[in-house]
Amino acid sequence: QADPAITELQPWMRYLGEGVDARPYGHPSEHEAHVVRRNVEWLTADPVSSVNFTPLHELDGIITPNGLCFERHHAGIAEVDPAQHRLMINGLVDTPLVFTMADLMRFPRVNRVHFLECAANSGMEWAGAQLNGCQYTHGMIHNVMYTGVPLRLLLEEAGVKTGGKWLLAEGADASAMTRSIPMEKALDDCLVAFKMNGEALRPEQGYPVRLVVPGWEGNMWVKWLRRLEVGDQPWEHREETSKYTDLLDNGRARKWTWEMDAKSVITNPSPQAPITHGRGPLVITGVAWSGRGTVPRVDVTTDGGVTWHEARMSGPSMDKSMHRFYYEMDWDGAPLLLQSRAMDSTGYVQPTKDMLRQVRGENSIYHNNGIQTWAVNANGEAENVEIS
Amino acid sequence: PAHADENTADTAPMEGNSDAAAGTDVVQAAADALEATGTQLSREGGFGLGRRALEAEVAAWDIDIRPDGTGLPEGSGDVWTGEEVWVENCAMCHGDFGEAVGRWPVIAGGWDTLDRKDPVKTVGSYWPYLSTVYDYIHRAMPFGNAQSLEPDQVYALTAYILYLNNVVEDDFELSRDTFLDVEMPNADGFFPDDRAEAELAQWRTEPCMENCKDAVEITMRARVLDVTPEGEADAVETAAEAPAEAVSATDMATDGNATELEVAEAEAETPREDTVAVEAVPAEEVAALDPELVASGEKLFRQCQACHAVGEGADNKVGPQLNGVVGRTAGSVDGFRYSSALEDANAEGLIWNHETLAAYLEDPRGYMPGTKMSFRGLRDTADRDAIIAFLASHGQ
Repeated sequence: QADPAITELQPWMRYLGEGVDARPYGHPSEHEAHVVRRNVEWLTADPVSSVNFTPLHELDGIITPNGLCFERHHAGIAEVDPAQHRLMINGLVDTPLVFTMADLMRFPRVNRVHFLECAANSGMEWAGAQLNGCQYTHGMIHNVMYTGVPLRLLLEEAGVKTGGKWLLAEGADASAMTRSIPMEKALDDCLVAFKMNGEALRPEQGYPVRLVVPGWEGNMWVKWLRRLEVGDQPWEHREETSKYTDLLDNGRARKWTWEMDAKSVITNPSPQAPITHGRGPLVITGVAWSGRGTVPRVDVTTDGGVTWHEARMSGPSMDKSMHRFYYEMDWDGAPLLLQSRAMDSTGYVQPTKDMLRQVRGENSIYHNNGIQTWAVNANGEAENVEIS
Repeated sequence: PAHADENTADTAPMEGNSDAAAGTDVVQAAADALEATGTQLSREGGFGLGRRALEAEVAAWDIDIRPDGTGLPEGSGDVWTGEEVWVENCAMCHGDFGEAVGRWPVIAGGWDTLDRKDPVKTVGSYWPYLSTVYDYIHRAMPFGNAQSLEPDQVYALTAYILYLNNVVEDDFELSRDTFLDVEMPNADGFFPDDRAEAELAQWRTEPCMENCKDAVEITMRARVLDVTPEGEADAVETAAEAPAEAVSATDMATDGNATELEVAEAEAETPREDTVAVEAVPAEEVAALDPELVASGEKLFRQCQACHAVGEGADNKVGPQLNGVVGRTAGSVDGFRYSSALEDANAEGLIWNHETLAAYLEDPRGYMPGTKMSFRGLRDTADRDAIIAFLASHGQ
């Protein structure tokens, strides 16, 4: 039978489409309307102080489109007028300074691709498999090219005094988000960024300016950045004491767990992206990242970890950036137990969830980088499971 | 504030720089890294950009408090004054005794739970520094009305929270002078990141590739809990039903700290349908709605959204949902626990019309003494008119 998609004249083949004035700022095809950030409503008291999730299973390559980068706010999206925005540097500096956005644009700027992962990514999975979809289990991450001024240049402009060992970054939203950052990191690779993937930051990502703290937990990447204070001690504010500390089994908690451990996840197939084509060629793909460097290698298993295969890395491999991997196979229709295992440039191998629980217990919430398992049945449907 | 005379600085542990990317152009990677740090872009003597911050400007923004008390303003407050401020500004979310309403953070209790399943992390059980309490209240609370409290009120609230947590007696007064006398119960409960020793070394091994285990069994399935949101259409329903089953679900690391059982209860209290008998909006008010005024009211309504929902599917939050509020009897939304002031107004048959709403919005506590609404009020007549027009546009 001839394919009507070929034999019938489709409307778009016959009639004129919209002109160049119709979409001055483009948007995705209406057929992609399901590709959106999603919230898990029962997680928090109010969407004003909550999180939504990047649809990783709908994306490929390593760059996250700006409109799909997960959001986490503590007092809603601040709608900042860039003309009224100021960045202040004060504290243990030779000259306290105020910059306008125009001032910031006159410093030398650089371009860097980095992942931003919330420390709570996969946090709901500490006690066991709970959410069906890599969007929910792993979607508190995005990977973007930032354009910004090296933080070092701004600090040098103010002149950090000898005792200046710590930096407090503060946001301009109604939560006035603060985090303490050691000066060594501030002078190393942090950026004060105003562009993402070439365009201005989105309001929900800190427009007009945010801090970029490569490889470190997302909460430190202060959005709507308005102030940098240099001090001789950490501030131990709410986000770095009562939150973003890792409570261990013995009731004591790790603090300053800034670096994100190496991690990976298979994005396809996954619960939201089942196999629909039956037997034959199957593309298994996913992403991997490490806060300590690059990810030169990812292994994939289809039998729950009895046998592993080295996956094919594809696309640029950059420091503290997301990496894309593929493993192609012929699917025979038998059930699969899929896992991926990242190995970063320091030799760190992504642990299993049980290995993490042995060291940290089940109350940690943050920094769950354990290996994810999807059980694919004979119909191609995938489920979030844990295995022995 | 950045500097104290007593310098007992902790120092930041830092990992060594990671190895250059294996298999990539090492020279290019090194050049990129140099550029990223800005070292190759520095200019001797600086760029001469920006201007000196004035003292008044630094003072206006430099509100942070440090563990040693650096940054604390003059002032003081006692436990009982703190209770009054708490009831007016905090109790609607955090509960009268810090036990929390719905999924809002629990402030008191939870002692001796940190090493158990589902620990309750409160100021008393978990927070290591008192300075953090003062800093955060002033910085971000009340939710949706940040930096609105005076130093004496913040001291009083901090004292009340300590009292709720059995850290001080009821005759305690907190001030800059007594601040450092307070010992937080979990002050010694934290230690710096030790993953390098505790984990990294043992996990840097060559991974197994073949015959890694004898057998594999599925030990747990996510669908047993069934808490995953599905399509947009049934998302609300899923959210409402899910938590009741998710009793072993891990506490999410966001502001909502309630256990899932509490969540389920909170959801159960929330009506899913608007069962309020809404009185008809007077025709002239509907006819008089000016689209521009409604639009400007919608923007102004942002300051109300932390507590009130309006529009399709609006539920009660900290405050009642506001669909059809213009024209309905005060204190009449089903399933919302009103203050006795609003209950009295309801009994007396007070109708929310333009006049009464305007008076309430101008000065909530002046017009309705005893209301739980912590809103400071709208001084500007035009702002009040705009918000009322916006609310009137949501008749049902």
